[in-house]
Amino acid sequence: MNAAPAFDSTPPRRGGIGRRLSNLLYRRSGLLLLLLLLPPLAWFGIVYLGSLFALLLQSFYTFNDFTGQIERVLTLDTYVALFSAPAHIDIVLRTLAMAVAVTLACALIGFPIAYFMAFHARGRMKAAMYLAVMLPLWSSYLVRVYAWRLLLAKEGIVAWVCAQLGLGGVLEAVLATPLVGGPTLSSSYLGMFLVFTYVWLPFMILPVQAALERVPGSLLQASADLGARPRQTFAHVVLPLAFPGVVAGSIFTFSLTLGDYIIPGVVGTPGFFIGQMVYVQQGTAGNVPLAAAFSVVPVLLIAAYLALARRLGAFDAL
Amino acid sequence: MRSDGRASRWLRLAAFGGLAFLHVPLLIIVLYAFTTEDKTYQFPPPGLTLHWFEVAWSRADIREALWLSLQVAASATAAALVLGTMAAAAMARARFFGREAVTLAMILPIALPGIVTGIALLSAIKLAEVEPSFWTIVTGHATFCVVVVYNNALARFRRIPRSLIEASMDLGADGFQTFRYVVLPQLATALLAGGMLAFALSFDEIIVTTFTAGHERTLPIWFMNELFRPRDRPVTNVVAVAVILVTAVPILLAYRATRDDADAGGRNG
Amino acid sequence: MEFVRVSRRYGSVHAIEELSFRVADGEFFSMLGPSGSGKTTTLRLIAGFEQPSTGSILIHGREAAGVPPYERDVNTVFQDYALFPHMNVADNVAYGLMVKKVARAERLRQAEAMLELVKLGGFGRRRPGELSGGQRQRVALARALINHPRVLLLDEPLGALDLKLREAMQSELKALQRRLGITFIFVTHDQGEALSMSDRVAVFRHGRIEQIDTPRGLYEAPATAFVATFVGTSNVVEGGVAERLLGRAGAFSIRPERIAVSTPEAAPAADAVALDGRVVDIQYLGAHSRFEVEVAGSGRLTALVPSYGAPAAPLPGVGAPARLSWPRAAMHVLDGGEGA
Repeated sequence: MNAAPAFDSTPPRRGGIGRRLSNLLYRRSGLLLLLLLLPPLAWFGIVYLGSLFALLLQSFYTFNDFTGQIERVLTLDTYVALFSAPAHIDIVLRTLAMAVAVTLACALIGFPIAYFMAFHARGRMKAAMYLAVMLPLWSSYLVRVYAWRLLLAKEGIVAWVCAQLGLGGVLEAVLATPLVGGPTLSSSYLGMFLVFTYVWLPFMILPVQAALERVPGSLLQASADLGARPRQTFAHVVLPLAFPGVVAGSIFTFSLTLGDYIIPGVVGTPGFFIGQMVYVQQGTAGNVPLAAAFSVVPVLLIAAYLALARRLGAFDAL
Repeated sequence: MRSDGRASRWLRLAAFGGLAFLHVPLLIIVLYAFTTEDKTYQFPPPGLTLHWFEVAWSRADIREALWLSLQVAASATAAALVLGTMAAAAMARARFFGREAVTLAMILPIALPGIVTGIALLSAIKLAEVEPSFWTIVTGHATFCVVVVYNNALARFRRIPRSLIEASMDLGADGFQTFRYVVLPQLATALLAGGMLAFALSFDEIIVTTFTAGHERTLPIWFMNELFRPRDRPVTNVVAVAVILVTAVPILLAYRATRDDADAGGRNG
Repeated sequence: MEFVRVSRRYGSVHAIEELSFRVADGEFFSMLGPSGSGKTTTLRLIAGFEQPSTGSILIHGREAAGVPPYERDVNTVFQDYALFPHMNVADNVAYGLMVKKVARAERLRQAEAMLELVKLGGFGRRRPGELSGGQRQRVALARALINHPRVLLLDEPLGALDLKLREAMQSELKALQRRLGITFIFVTHDQGEALSMSDRVAVFRHGRIEQIDTPRGLYEAPATAFVATFVGTSNVVEGGVAERLLGRAGAFSIRPERIAVSTPEAAPAADAVALDGRVVDIQYLGAHSRFEVEVAGSGRLTALVPSYGAPAAPLPGVGAPARLSWPRAAMHVLDGGEGA
């Protein structure tokens, strides 16, 4: 460059449409914000919230059993029908019990995995374990449910392993037990419970692991240094710090179990679950109002659960 | 616990036992794709064959379902990329009234069970008297895919130093040029990761799809039908293996894209 | 470049208030002040990253309010350099030309010339991450200069460099500014930096300018107690002692190096004033020794006594009574009574 560079004496003023629009948005940053938010908000406002509203609206309509038509008159009849039938109450309770059992099982099985990932796995091993949990979380829900059909089938692998180990009698005894049993594993509550636990397990592991990752190793050493035995360290340091992660994970396992209708259908017992009820009512029965009212139930249960989880500080771990 | 070898051995057993529980069933699926027995799920398989891959490839219903699912996933991902990026750009910088409500609206589709989203969309479809079609499926999928892109993009937007954007404008780039030359390159890997996850999520989604598909048959719907009315059982396994591969590849890519970026981010402060 | 009664508020907080000043073309103008004093906000207003709440900013006679940064003939060197991590050094420097759609070969040629100007010729293919702090700073400088701005803004550009490098860059920046003949507006909290480089310095405090003057003017004639103590070190004397020495109510400042220290027996010079006190501490600093002397009624005063060429008279030791004296002309009367 020369000692006396030639400077532009006129300020750059170009007038393309893009430049003019850019200037406008620069001067009015609120407008930019609005333009950015408008499409996604319109999408969610109209498509999603609109649909939820439509769902709510449908649940206040009623279905005429004789004509098979939906009567578009606002009424509480459908809700009365929902809560006055003992069979319906059974469905809700059955689903709720399953959701609680699955959540507990996921926490029990998931915690050691998360703990190992957070405190023991290093480098490539850690990355591999992370992928091993993440892959099933994001993909192949249906395939993973299907896998259990193969495993639990009468002539399938579980029965075969039991027979090889000479435990065929035990399996039969378990299946004969009321409440958990059934004619075969693939049509028992036990089987359904196994599949639910299997499918939602990654949703428990990752939040727990995230919570444990935030526990500095020095904290464990400090506890040991202060004379705590491993069991005490675990009970007084690790568990309280991991708890919000467990609650965060339980939101997923609880919510997903409440709303599922595929698993009870594939590995099913004769008793219905909420999801199946919704599916059947809207489908073969054509009673969309009852289906809508039924689907409001898990929403309420989850809202109650979220309120509880919020109290327990779970949202910090999400 | 770190210092306690015995506890660690039990822990190791529990951890790897749990991971085995997660993955052995998938291996079983692969195994059954090669079995010669097509009437029952007999174990161990009486023999192994590659025959079913040939059968699966020649079946038009599978090819059509696969093609439809790929189209749906691509369309839903495209919509989610646009909407999710816009929302993240707005939410990353601005503070405004109702911000929390917007966040809630974005995460609701994954917080609520899929069946609620599904039946809600169906209610709307019925009320609006729209015929379920390809586009109703895409609409439903985009709704829960947006949040995946949004989360990835938002995290990245927050890591782009404000001074980079100011430097670009200072040097004469207007808003659009700044977006193209500075923001987009910084955002690219996050969008790639978000898009890949959204694609995987959409590709094998079944719960919402059942309610919005009408007569269309995506691959998961085809799969559901096979579960209840099986015909050539091992063919179902062949398709399952394909689904595992089609969803695993984008997830691995997404993992790579965000991991490399995390390293680079550390290096550049 | 002119500010006319410019204010910038964030909610109820005034970052700057009713600021008016003018910077001449080709001037090296520094804005000096502690953090939160409003100097960086002022710089961002000039660059166009922020808009004034009230008042007007004129750049080369043109109202700048509402003009976006990319249409201002002003470029900035950022405190964190803000180099684009996804581009190599040459593309970073050429960025301003690229967005003006200058052909690639031409802009790379100009970028290389700019890099040579900042002594980084041949570094074009490197990534910003591979450079040292000082090199990044030069790249940022080259990038800001490529559009030939008439005003260059520098936001504490030397803050992250170590002392030796900082001193070298100070003289380089000054030389560059002379050579290019453009206006430099330089933000710093380091008074030494501001004094050594600038034609004029504005001292900021609480969103206002306390004083604008040449470095010598600031040092020798600080307008307020704040300026007196922020620019260099200074003794500010107030109250009864000041009134007795000045002959009227008020406060004055006196630089430590103007104060002579002696034993109480020594007679002061004819035009000098004197105060007696007791030495509480002596620090040996090499070229000087610093005497801390407790004076009844005005607190502790600091005096710098040269180690060589010192007066023949003996110096008092720690704990001994001492006489402080200085020429009457060395006292500088301060505006207002605001304590530093």
